[in-house]
Amino acid sequence: MKAAVVVFPGSNCDRDCQRAIETSTGARVERVWHQETALPAGVDLIVLPGGFAHGDYLRAGAMAALSPVMAEVRAAAARGVAVAGVCNGFQILCEAGMLPGALLRNAGLKYVCKPVDLDVSNLQTRFTAAFKDRRRATMTVGNGEGNYFADEETLDRLEGEGRVVFRYAGNPNGSARDIAGIVDASGNVLGIMPHPDRAFEPELGSADGALLFQSVMASA
Amino acid sequence: MKATVHVFLKPGVLDVQGKAVEAALHGLGWTGVSHARVGRIIAFDLAAADRAAAEAQVKAMCERLLANPVIESWRAEVGEA
Repeated sequence: MKAAVVVFPGSNCDRDCQRAIETSTGARVERVWHQETALPAGVDLIVLPGGFAHGDYLRAGAMAALSPVMAEVRAAAARGVAVAGVCNGFQILCEAGMLPGALLRNAGLKYVCKPVDLDVSNLQTRFTAAFKDRRRATMTVGNGEGNYFADEETLDRLEGEGRVVFRYAGNPNGSARDIAGIVDASGNVLGIMPHPDRAFEPELGSADGALLFQSVMASA
Repeated sequence: MKATVHVFLKPGVLDVQGKAVEAALHGLGWTGVSHARVGRIIAFDLAAADRAAAEAQVKAMCERLLANPVIESWRAEVGEA
């Protein structure tokens, strides 16, 4: 079992993600600089971590979406490798066109950093199978631009196809239809605003994030 | 050539910064203000053979990077340096 965590200039949750994956799954984790043009061989999961890649300049994720490594991430996802973008990583996946929609400034204009309750809306994905019949999870959000936006047609399609995987039980940022996490049409690419990497052992207030990493590693 | 690109959130996309600025202006007594929007201007010099070539390049830049078509619209001015 092997995972790669991409490090952009300004990423600040890359080590959290590494520790979370190692602790919850025992997988070997390599951190990969964004200028790399190859990913570690045999990687089962690629994580785009939280932070402020390229200082969030222009738009959050806009510059990171053009980093050389993203061509490899895109190709790996097409081969069936799981890709998870957490927080800033979700923004990067949207900017890269690997997920639909965009993340706007929070409706309340404030950076929101707190634990949130989530509904696990789809238990059949490779990112949620280990939740079994648990429909509720707790993770922490930390974002200023976590307000998911897509046009109505896209939102209807996401819901209709079961691609809304996590929803906020109490919407912290104005996100459309309470969306906290979605997958792409293939089901291999997840974008999630709350941090599973900040909820992987009870000492952190919740270990629910570990279930996400365990799900995806078991699916590889 | 000199290019100036104006980027705003599309109508229908909630512009919370615009709303906050509008509320602050109302608070200062300018109650006639409505539809305030906060956007971004990107200005740069551009080497190009002629204006049409410059405009074509700027359009491609906007579509590729400077604006996100999901949420933003843009307009550009291209002129002599």
